[in-house]
Amino acid sequence: MMSKLIFEKSVPGSNTFSLPSCEVQETLEIPADFMRNEELKLPEVSEVEAVRHFTELSKKAYGVDSGFYPLGSCTMKYNPKVGEWAARLPGFANIHPYQPEETVQGALELIYEMEKMCCEIAGMDRFTLQPAAGAHGEMTGVMIIKAYHKKRGDEKRTKILVPDSAHGTNPATANVVGFDVVEVKSNSRGLVDIEDLKAKMNDEVAGLMLTNPNTLGLFEEEIVTIASIVHEGGGLLYYDGANLNAIMGVCRPGDMGFDIVHLNLHKTFATPHGGGGPGAGPVGVKAHLAEFLPVPVIEKKGDKYVLDYDRPMSIGKVKNFYGNFGVVVKAYTYIKALGRDGLKDVAYNAVLNANYLRHHLSKYYHIPYNRLCKHEFIANSKFQLDKSGITTMDIAKRLLDYGYHPPTVYFPLIVNEALMIEPTETESKERLDGFIKAMAEIAREAEEEPEKVKNAPHTTVVKRIDEVGAARNPIVKWEAGK
Amino acid sequence: MRVEKGLLYTENHEWLKVEGDKAYIGITDYAQEHLGDIVFVELPEVDAEFDADEGIAVIESVKAVSSVYTPVACTILEVNEELEGAPELLNEDCYANWIALISIKDMDGLNKLMDAEAYEAFCAEQEE
Repeated sequence: MMSKLIFEKSVPGSNTFSLPSCEVQETLEIPADFMRNEELKLPEVSEVEAVRHFTELSKKAYGVDSGFYPLGSCTMKYNPKVGEWAARLPGFANIHPYQPEETVQGALELIYEMEKMCCEIAGMDRFTLQPAAGAHGEMTGVMIIKAYHKKRGDEKRTKILVPDSAHGTNPATANVVGFDVVEVKSNSRGLVDIEDLKAKMNDEVAGLMLTNPNTLGLFEEEIVTIASIVHEGGGLLYYDGANLNAIMGVCRPGDMGFDIVHLNLHKTFATPHGGGGPGAGPVGVKAHLAEFLPVPVIEKKGDKYVLDYDRPMSIGKVKNFYGNFGVVVKAYTYIKALGRDGLKDVAYNAVLNANYLRHHLSKYYHIPYNRLCKHEFIANSKFQLDKSGITTMDIAKRLLDYGYHPPTVYFPLIVNEALMIEPTETESKERLDGFIKAMAEIAREAEEEPEKVKNAPHTTVVKRIDEVGAARNPIVKWEAGK
Repeated sequence: MRVEKGLLYTENHEWLKVEGDKAYIGITDYAQEHLGDIVFVELPEVDAEFDADEGIAVIESVKAVSSVYTPVACTILEVNEELEGAPELLNEDCYANWIALISIKDMDGLNKLMDAEAYEAFCAEQEE
């Protein structure tokens, strides 16, 4: 059943809660023009009705804690609760960013150590923990690319290369920072087309943004060649860390030739994500770019940790204070709990789980690049589409009836009707078998009772939504009684 | 899939109807079918100038956002404003509903484009 809005549940006079009188001076000097002149229109419900309202809504939410969530390229792994414990320790939770340095040495030490660990994992020399998300990290990284060329007086470099399989945030980021985007084609094996890259690399190119493994879940085997083409052409290499889970502890972007890296703490390092965050997208650089990092960076002077703002070539601040500190605490806890060997096992098992699913699902679904993959792979609805007109969207919707969050759909754009599946390492064999069974059942339904799949979902509160109607005639405002 | 005779085609699935040194530009049936239901079209400004292979318009469907590229350097003479209010026209008849009328700066640039027959073969290859 659809939930009513809390405004619809409002009964005037039912909220008898009263705030204590104000203990500080109430006469603020706010000009009359800016003062509210009518009562605030808040819903009125009793305490128990408010609790029931939000409990009801929470039951309708779906997250990793409720079930399998194989959303490709999003690394929806389980978030260990010990991270929540750590972030709530009073020494971390009850401090203020304006406190004097000497009173928050523990927090600064954690940031300092986290930077060192990120450097080791990514093969970089320095890191900033400020960016609040992956795309924010990308923006920080591309601003550093811009600052690097500017300092060298090489300002004709106005283009950024992005492969056609890239995450949409890559071209968007380059555009926001003021670059023109040039697309590099993929070859028939789903990897960067080296000839196309050579043809497009020139002295107007500032850099290349690349994910490795890429969005098809395939490792860019020619990465060393790719790096030397870009470097010889005078450009820099940016590593989009979205898919680091596949290679963490096994190999390092820095060793592959990347100059700048972002990590997604909310993907790879098991801090919560989805629902808008907060996340964290730390950015690492090789030594020759360290001077451009955002201020402040944390330095150790003797046995004291200090905030260093004296960095004249810095691109400036990219976030207030020092980033989403609570998220950093959770990721720090995760890394410390797993250790070097544990992190390696994460990558091995993420890859094992993906290949297990790929192998079993290939009996029912077309797998366009059906070879050893990393943390994710692409299936599509080609068999079902050719036979009974069942699309990827239909399959995704039917999965809701089986109690699963669907995989990423219609991405990457270079595969028709793509279903992008990333199980992560935290799923058991039993869970994966359950998902394979559901997918096999949907394939059978597609053949024998296609209408059931075409009209899915059947068990959810909201049935198939009219996406086209919603996009063409969006109604973005709720009005009482309409 | 429908391919109209007498038009020129690009590998990015645009069509050009050339009239003298001007051309109407639009997207092909292959493109509209793969995009799915089109929900928004962003048109260029009249008089805007573009180099070859630059994006002149943006098409948003429920599946994806893609650019419409001009295969030749050009100046925009007219845009089909009807598409702003009714983007579905591109799904209904993509050959009748052009996106922009352009003035071609480099007529030789047209040489690399495909005719209907070659384009049909190109699409068949893409499907494999």
